[in-house]
Amino acid sequence: MTAWIARCLLSLAVIATVPPDTHSISHVLDRVSFGARPGDVERVRSIGINRYIDEQLHPERLADAGVDARLSGLATLRLSSRQIAEEYERPALQARRAASASGGDGQPDPEQQRRAATVMLELQQQKVIRAIYSTRQLQEVLVDFWFNHFNVDARKGADKFLLTAYERDVIRPRVFGQFRDLLEATAKSPAMLFYLDNWMSADPNGPHISGFRQQRLKAPKGLNENYGRELMELHTLGVDGGYTQKDVTEVARAFTGWTIDRPRGGGDFTFEPRLHDDGQKIVLGHVIKGGGGERDGKEVLDILARHPSTAAFIATKLVRRFVSDTPPPALVARVAARFRDTDGDLREVVRAILMSPEFFAPETVHAKVKTPFEFVVSAVRATDADVRDARPVVRQIAELGMPLYQCQPPTGYKDTADAWVNTGALVGRMNFGLALTAGKIRGVVVSNAAPDGITLGAPEFQRR
Amino acid sequence: MLSRRVFLKDSAFALVSLGFAPSFLTRTAYALGRNGRAKRLIAIFQRGAVDGLNVVVPFGEPDYYRARPNIAIARPGSTGDAAIDLDGFFGFNPRLLPLKPFWDAHALAVVHASGSPDSTRSHFDAQDYMETATPGVKTTSDGWLNRYLQARRNEPPSQGFGEPGSPFRAVSLTTQLPRMLQGQAPAVAMSQVAQFGIHAGQSNAGATFESLYADARDRVLGGTGRDAFDAIKMLKGADAARYQPEHGADYPRSPFGQALRQIAQLVKADVGLEVAFADVGGWDTHINQGASQGQLATRLDDFARGIAALVIDLGDRMADTVVLTMSEFGRAVSENGSRGTDHGHGNAMMAIGGGVRGGTVYGRWPGLSVDRRYEGRDLAVTTDFRDVFGEVVVRHLGVRDASPIFPGYAINTARFPGLFA
Repeated sequence: MTAWIARCLLSLAVIATVPPDTHSISHVLDRVSFGARPGDVERVRSIGINRYIDEQLHPERLADAGVDARLSGLATLRLSSRQIAEEYERPALQARRAASASGGDGQPDPEQQRRAATVMLELQQQKVIRAIYSTRQLQEVLVDFWFNHFNVDARKGADKFLLTAYERDVIRPRVFGQFRDLLEATAKSPAMLFYLDNWMSADPNGPHISGFRQQRLKAPKGLNENYGRELMELHTLGVDGGYTQKDVTEVARAFTGWTIDRPRGGGDFTFEPRLHDDGQKIVLGHVIKGGGGERDGKEVLDILARHPSTAAFIATKLVRRFVSDTPPPALVARVAARFRDTDGDLREVVRAILMSPEFFAPETVHAKVKTPFEFVVSAVRATDADVRDARPVVRQIAELGMPLYQCQPPTGYKDTADAWVNTGALVGRMNFGLALTAGKIRGVVVSNAAPDGITLGAPEFQRR
Repeated sequence: MLSRRVFLKDSAFALVSLGFAPSFLTRTAYALGRNGRAKRLIAIFQRGAVDGLNVVVPFGEPDYYRARPNIAIARPGSTGDAAIDLDGFFGFNPRLLPLKPFWDAHALAVVHASGSPDSTRSHFDAQDYMETATPGVKTTSDGWLNRYLQARRNEPPSQGFGEPGSPFRAVSLTTQLPRMLQGQAPAVAMSQVAQFGIHAGQSNAGATFESLYADARDRVLGGTGRDAFDAIKMLKGADAARYQPEHGADYPRSPFGQALRQIAQLVKADVGLEVAFADVGGWDTHINQGASQGQLATRLDDFARGIAALVIDLGDRMADTVVLTMSEFGRAVSENGSRGTDHGHGNAMMAIGGGVRGGTVYGRWPGLSVDRRYEGRDLAVTTDFRDVFGEVVVRHLGVRDASPIFPGYAINTARFPGLFA
């Protein structure tokens, strides 16, 4: 109740101090959405900044039929991982096998390879189309943020066939949910299990491992620490969050047996007791008793999700996204407190940032340099272009240094200006602005006269 | 001479510099050389932590074979695809065969068991530490190669330094500028040299952009924009679109091979290149790493063929050039349960070039028995990577005072591995 009152008071303070002038509205649109489209400023002025933010915090109340129509032609977006494996991955695999079995120079059926590649290509187009046209802009901003936080690189093996379900079923439904729930959903996702190798991790001395080996050709043979380390360093505590190498090993032991049912068949998460290390583990001083099975991993997630380092780490990253490359410590502290008080309610955590005085402070306006994805999407939005084929747009973003779903390290793409401001990228942005407004990006129809290519390539438009 | 960029950075002089035709466009200044020829460094980062023990193989260590029953590289002569003997104890992975002639010519040296004093096994942190050369300190704002460029700018020209005004003094063949080159001194990132420029829809777009960025009050974007237009002008003069490698150099068609090809192109264009950077990924071999065939071998094949082509192509120019390879940390001594290797500690670096006293594996070898391993599992570090960087900076690049380049570390020539005479 007190929290509710505090929120109302803070909202009132915002209303009192920030009249909805064009300047403030543009700032809000720059941060809450992927930049203003023609008409957006007027619309926010008519309903008020607070109502706009509240609307965006509840995407389920916003109709999004325009995007649904634009996505209707991308068939793989609606398929399960199993269907994608059966209809796209397997035929391509069989074609490759047939080609190598025939020996010599036999090339695999190019049609099957092309078909397999459409899975990733459609997911990339989807991301661009949603970012440009979705009414649920904040949701898409946060899907981008959380996917990047729980990054999985599509180029690692079968992951290119798993990311459709990962983003659709794991990330997007939870960006306004509880952090603990999002954390477990990623931990159990085949995409993450595969990307950070946990599906292969097993108790090396397990009494049951030999029996398991007989059933699978490529059976796991020992402990793999990759997920255990990144779970703490990148997903929860942060690298300075207070864990040791011993904790990494203990966490890895707790997650043995968290694996994939039919790994190359689009299978789901499964707990395999024969791979699990049943002994006692001590994680960050907490004792996890032996014999817990699948519970071990869940207990680790409980410990990590409610650790104060996690609240501070998540708060810092979100403030960096919405406010500044150098997050104001006082705001981070308040947002982290909100995270702890609400048990990681991500809607309330984001609300705390968007309603803060720091968010509206003059030094916050235009403090951020757009990433290549944000730049391209905001340019297309500003010109009100009709994207009939998003593939050339996807290519442009890759050429500017940010290939979608293809960030190799588990850190995800950096969210600070230093990573994106360099001579080559800047020249690329100027060229994109010119090409877009000259109608030279195939599949993108620009009818608006303003803004012109110079405006889109100018220093001001590189910031948000 | 003060560069146009230096003038523009200092607003008090900005007006003075406008209208100057940048004198660095006269390419002969570089081609003729100055008091002593300018030295070059080509830094290659193997991102993802390459398994140095399977690159420069300690085949003389029985513990190596005990720790890696499935993925070890066989002793020289034992099979057709065994390690290539270097000195009776170490051998190259057979995929490094293209580099063997440089070893034989005493132009290639290895520093084994080198790395960071920091214990992190995080790729991100370890790369950061290697690129800033401040292990354990995350707040360092610039990279060590950028600090080298800054240090050199401050030394008097009589020390044989090249022209500080060229926008191509430091070039990264990547889409993003690596941490190592970030900082106060200008550096360019470009993945396609020949396409670098404004492809104007309107005929005057380039000039309009140039003045917009020149006049920008935005310090970060304005400064970078000005660097960009300096670079565009210079490349026009160098005719970058047409390039033929020399001496039969055959670059792999991979992104890495093409990056090195473009470095050679810039070196030969005499645009004042002093520091070049390229990176190559795919080394994080947690699963099914393979041995002399397989995942790691495929990456090494690209790596070795690329570097060999670069060295062959540069020919005599290698006399003034050092190619230095590095990776954020090594991998655990023992293979893991997935026939791969997990994150480790010490690693192998390579230096190739005219001044390098090659044909030797430098660094004290710590051994691989469990009691000699770092934290009981990894190759120990006996040479701090800053001593390798420091030796290159002092003895090859000729910096007198390297202390600003390595803050918090007392550079001591006695600790240099001995790569240069």
